[in-house]
Amino acid sequence: MSNEAQAQAAPATEAEGWAPNLLVFCCNWCSYAGADLAGVSRLQMPTNFRVIRTMCSARVDPEFVLRAFAKGADGVLVLGCHPADCHYIGGNYRTRRRIALLRVLLEQYGFNPDRLKLEWVSASEGMKFQQTIKEFDRVVREMGPNPINEE
Amino acid sequence: MESKSGSVLVVGGGIGGVQTSLDLAESGFKVYMVENKASIGGVMSQLDKTFPTNDCSMCILSPKLVEASRHPMISMMTLTEVMGVEGEAGNFTVTLKKKPRYVREDRCVGCGLCAEKCPSKVPSEYEIGLMNRKAIYVAYAQAVPMKYAIDAEHCLYLTKGKCGNCAKVCPADAIDYEMKEKIEKINVGAVVLAPGYELFDARLKKEYGYKEFKNVLNSLEFERVLSATGPYQGHVVRPSDHQTPKKVAFIQCVGSRDEKVGNPFCSSVCCMYALKQAIIAGEHSTGLKSTIFFMDVRAFGKEFEDYAKRAEGEYGIKMHRGTRVASVEETEGNNLLLRYSDGSNVLAEEFDLVVLSAGFQPPAQAKMLADRMGFKLNEFGFCHTGIYSPLETSRKGIYVTGAFSAPKDIPTTVAEASGAAAKAGAHVFKNRVSIDTVVKETPETDVAGQEPRIGVFVCDCGINIRGTVDCPSVVEYVKALPNVVYAAENKYTCSADTQEIIKKMIKEHNLNRVVVASCTPRTHEALFQSTIKEAGLNPFLFEMANIRDQCSWIHMHEPEKATEKAKDLTRMAVAKSRFLEPLTKSKLGVNHSAVVVGGGLAGMTAAMDIAAQGFKVDILEATGAMGGNMVNLYTNEGGISPKKYIKDLEAKVRANDKISVHLNTKVEDVSGFVGNFKVKVTGDKELETGAIIIATGAKAYVPTEYNYGKDKKVVTQNELEKALSEGKFAAKNVVMIQCVGSRNDEAPYCSRVCCSKAVKNAIEIKKKDPKAQVYVLHKDIRTYGFRETLYKEAGELGVKFIRYPENKMPEMTSDGKILVDDTVLGAPVQLSPDCLVLSVGIRPNDDNEELAKMCKVPLSKDHYFLEAHMKLRPVDFATSGIYLAGLAHWPKFIDEAIGQASGAASRAMTIISKQYLETQGIIAAVNEMVCNGCGVCEPVCEYRAITIVGDPANPEKRKAVVNEGLCMGCGTCVAACPSGALEQKGFKNNQILAQIDAALVGGGK
Repeated sequence: MSNEAQAQAAPATEAEGWAPNLLVFCCNWCSYAGADLAGVSRLQMPTNFRVIRTMCSARVDPEFVLRAFAKGADGVLVLGCHPADCHYIGGNYRTRRRIALLRVLLEQYGFNPDRLKLEWVSASEGMKFQQTIKEFDRVVREMGPNPINEE
Repeated sequence: MESKSGSVLVVGGGIGGVQTSLDLAESGFKVYMVENKASIGGVMSQLDKTFPTNDCSMCILSPKLVEASRHPMISMMTLTEVMGVEGEAGNFTVTLKKKPRYVREDRCVGCGLCAEKCPSKVPSEYEIGLMNRKAIYVAYAQAVPMKYAIDAEHCLYLTKGKCGNCAKVCPADAIDYEMKEKIEKINVGAVVLAPGYELFDARLKKEYGYKEFKNVLNSLEFERVLSATGPYQGHVVRPSDHQTPKKVAFIQCVGSRDEKVGNPFCSSVCCMYALKQAIIAGEHSTGLKSTIFFMDVRAFGKEFEDYAKRAEGEYGIKMHRGTRVASVEETEGNNLLLRYSDGSNVLAEEFDLVVLSAGFQPPAQAKMLADRMGFKLNEFGFCHTGIYSPLETSRKGIYVTGAFSAPKDIPTTVAEASGAAAKAGAHVFKNRVSIDTVVKETPETDVAGQEPRIGVFVCDCGINIRGTVDCPSVVEYVKALPNVVYAAENKYTCSADTQEIIKKMIKEHNLNRVVVASCTPRTHEALFQSTIKEAGLNPFLFEMANIRDQCSWIHMHEPEKATEKAKDLTRMAVAKSRFLEPLTKSKLGVNHSAVVVGGGLAGMTAAMDIAAQGFKVDILEATGAMGGNMVNLYTNEGGISPKKYIKDLEAKVRANDKISVHLNTKVEDVSGFVGNFKVKVTGDKELETGAIIIATGAKAYVPTEYNYGKDKKVVTQNELEKALSEGKFAAKNVVMIQCVGSRNDEAPYCSRVCCSKAVKNAIEIKKKDPKAQVYVLHKDIRTYGFRETLYKEAGELGVKFIRYPENKMPEMTSDGKILVDDTVLGAPVQLSPDCLVLSVGIRPNDDNEELAKMCKVPLSKDHYFLEAHMKLRPVDFATSGIYLAGLAHWPKFIDEAIGQASGAASRAMTIISKQYLETQGIIAAVNEMVCNGCGVCEPVCEYRAITIVGDPANPEKRKAVVNEGLCMGCGTCVAACPSGALEQKGFKNNQILAQIDAALVGGGK
């Protein structure tokens, strides 16, 4: 790795003290492979996310997302194949509709809907996986902790 | 002749031999895999990483070695040599000599106590002498088979009758000093040669001081230096003082493109491996600067050009182009002074370490093998093959794969290895057996109702994980988790010896769940599942935590946090594993036929290979004629023009009653799944098939540059070939411009074939008219492999090569003159051609996207079809049952396309030769007690696998039913089910919820 890439990799979570707890659902075929590619390419990123693999992003039951927030997750990221690239033809379109609805629901519950994000990451987008994690970390960091944890 | 045997002999246990063996075995043939060393794995096992993906070599190879070693259809015979082959294709009698191991394989458990007590130290061949081994040894820590062997030459007992330590300490009583050489005869129908290659002995280039100066290493030695299992545990240090070098020089073409040492050919892979080594070395130690001294960068393969660009741009590797480095001298402190030329001056520069990129040469045993087995070698000492018969030796029934026939990279070797399996299978297919008649399945332990007893195996992956994650503390942490009754650390959890440990621990601790914390389930889940299956556990009682790709590798500078994360990920896997249940697979019939999309060289070759084993094939050709791009190629290769070859091949295809040709026929839709596809084609026809091969080719770039199409004296290479072959060519002043439509912004990749094609045609012109002037304007000349000799011949015939700058194409003046910046002269040159030949690049077909979508397979960023794995699954797609060959994959030569097409045919036959396939385990299931037949799930399913039916017993009640053959296991319906009646096996709600809860223990900590 070049020096520039290493400099860029400087830990972002070090100084601030609090780091959000992020949960990431990855579909097996695109985004999980993209996350693996980020690893193979040694792309460095914040440590404060945990990945759960499902075969398709459409397997992500709204219940999973609600459970994650109830248990104190500060942000939930759902990653799937790009539109038209779904290994299961059109699973990701369903995911898109479900997540849109779920964001409305979250808002009604008093959560900032931006704590739930859907993004497309393909198997060849290690870089995008890295950027997505970094950006989501930054956004949730600005929002502060899940209100449930404040109580 | 009629085959009497259903067996095939494979000579060599490297990646080529292993792939051939696996393909044959999966197609129902008995395989004898013979290796003259004590373990299999070949050179690939010695590599640290592989280009262009920088995959860990051992990590991708190890599962294949393990699979081959445990396959019921493969007899692995190590320390064995072929002494002779009698008889003929279909019925060979092979004489084998089995050298004594002095250790009984049936008893050795690979514990290593013997080696610990052995007093005799010997330089390790595997470490190329950078480390020692003992006289009783295994070649490397993950060796397959994990059985020790005694090196009789260095054993004190066998040479002097003293010592005997190993026999004393062996707990398994496996040592047998009396073991004798054995001669054995086997009957096989065909033979595949895969004995590999040897590295050029760099001592012959005296001026580089190899073996004289401590800090001059050859490339394989440096590969070991980079490896976590190597002499310095992956720390890049130099041998003299174990200090990290700051400046490393790579010298290319050591023993390649060098007539003086008898190797005039290019070794094809050294440019790429040097770039890789420079990148990895830089990653391993900050501040390390590499310079590569080269003549041409031969980055002609898939994604290679990008890799080379990144090496220079992102990793700051200095590329020095010029003539060969003149000499290396040792200076103070074991530093090294390189003398080289920049074109006009002789320069000198000091380096801390020098790596010699040594070329390939035939293995020492080549001549002996050729004599014993009766096949011919070529002028360079490699196995002789032809352009149109790249897998065939001169003796019928004996085939070849890998670097034994020419220097080549791993993916080409693997594709050819499958291809050779297809060829060999054609001699024995009448005696094919069904694998399940051979397999003895371990009876499954019933774990129903048992409290979970979880075993956790934490992998170091050499230093890939342990370099960042504190693995011992992960093990300690995991041990304290509920239901975990066993946890341990392994150096490589994927290695053969660890598979034995896992099985042993399952028995010892009555484990009923197994968790491996290592790399990604995408590559390794299947291996571990079959391991626990062998120990009697249902393979679905297994879960993985990805603490390498998604932890240690992406948090390299935060070891503490990475360790915490590794604990969390393992805890999540353990949590899920508590809820895992045994799953069963059901059997589905297989359609024993194939559909080949594309009627060019690759398509017809694949079809012929499949038909040769008795299966029906349909070829779909979109145009009105067969032959593809080959019909536009005129220059003779091996005495036959491509145009003639393809016409002959078409005649054979047409005459074959197993093959149906459908002209003007396109694919309109693909449905179904592996073994049972339905392909809808033009004219409302539907074909049922077990496998699909995509061989749709590519097209030539149509230039807009240089007045092409407007000025008659401007032609493409193909048009030049045609004129030459028809005797209509009379130009006296020919200029060829390379990379027209390649290596530019629009198509950033190298089209691979254009350099050789230009050089070949330049030779034709010169031979016809020695007075004609021919100029080739280029960026690099990429005549790799034996084609390098064409480059040399062209030079000798007076063809002039002018290198133009990477970013400045030659220009055409308004009066048709060509202006080119000559990078060697450092000045512009003006040429006045009466014929301007454009070497146009190859472009992907426009309809690739459409076909890819129908088949649900991906394209690469350059819009070629993207295989499942660039190194080890070069003709497979991630979607099983669909394969890839020819230009649809990437630009390539005729011989390469043929080898790959046979490879795709072989992969397809591993499917269509089977009596049945098993369904996926992770499909959706309906809980009928809960389902109220609301029907939400039915339209959600993309595969129409769900139907709502009435309950015959109770007409009021309706329920959902899942078709197991159609269900692909995506889980979409499960998330949609409002009543919780649908579940996805292996990804059940309670399993995923357990993972979520385990991830968030302590809430937002």
